Amino acid sequence: MAAPPRPESLALLDRLVAALEAKGIVTEAEIAERQANTDKASPETGARMVARAWTDPAYRALLLSDGAAAAEAMGVSMAGAPPLGVLENTPTRHHLVVCTLCSCYPRAVLGYPPGWYKSFAYRARAVREPRAVLAEWGLMLPDSVEVRVVDSTADYRWMVLPMRPAGTEGWDEARLASIVTRDALVGVAVPKAG
Amino acid sequence: MSGAARFTPGARVRVRDDWPERRGPCHIRTPHYIRGRTGTVVRPLGAFANPEDLAFARPAPARTLYHVLFEQGPIWHEGRPGDTVMVEVFEHWLEPAEGGA
Repeated sequence: MAAPPRPESLALLDRLVAALEAKGIVTEAEIAERQANTDKASPETGARMVARAWTDPAYRALLLSDGAAAAEAMGVSMAGAPPLGVLENTPTRHHLVVCTLCSCYPRAVLGYPPGWYKSFAYRARAVREPRAVLAEWGLMLPDSVEVRVVDSTADYRWMVLPMRPAGTEGWDEARLASIVTRDALVGVAVPKAG
Repeated sequence: MSGAARFTPGARVRVRDDWPERRGPCHIRTPHYIRGRTGTVVRPLGAFANPEDLAFARPAPARTLYHVLFEQGPIWHEGRPGDTVMVEVFEHWLEPAEGGA
């Protein structure tokens, strides 16, 4: 557990917020709203977007051309969030997302990043030996599939659109979303029907 | 402010072989492993305030950001041929690659 905040830190925070309000930069209500949005975000949001893209070609096109607009269409507030790009996995290309410089992660649609995503080991190895990293996660990709590592280095955030697995014919969106895991949304896993 | 993007999709570009961190305090979003490497522009991603200035609270002009694709082999000298790495790189880190389109 984190230590409780020190009184002098809270006093400093109060003065900072008051100064920001006085300068018209941000209001306390906006801070509270952002905090609520951040806490509410979870991989279920990304999973719902993927499931809808699997069943709705128009939504799929929107998701691939403008991820932020596609998130907004699912009721996610993207105000103030970085632009969201979506990487389409195909039978010949698999995307793996990493941030080698820090821990950039599409929080607006996936929530807080897991600890391993921020680890030095993942950040160093995913970019250099992606197939070895994926194999350790249990994902063996055939040589016919290009592994494309996406190093999230700047102002975008990236989410993977995995391929819809065989054996899911006729499933509704909710059932489809249930097999889209957080790990599949950054490319360390792929969804499975069973 | 940034004008039109200098490079178009498919352009061959070289990342400047520059190491500002050896000259003094700085904040750079260009990973070390692509400096001096040649890649292909996938597409411009838009213009964003230059993080190298933002980090020091300096006026930060908007710079065009690109998705640039590199082959993994020439970078790491290992791995499967055909595997790639795609990186966001700001325009001022890129120059036309010799003989490139």
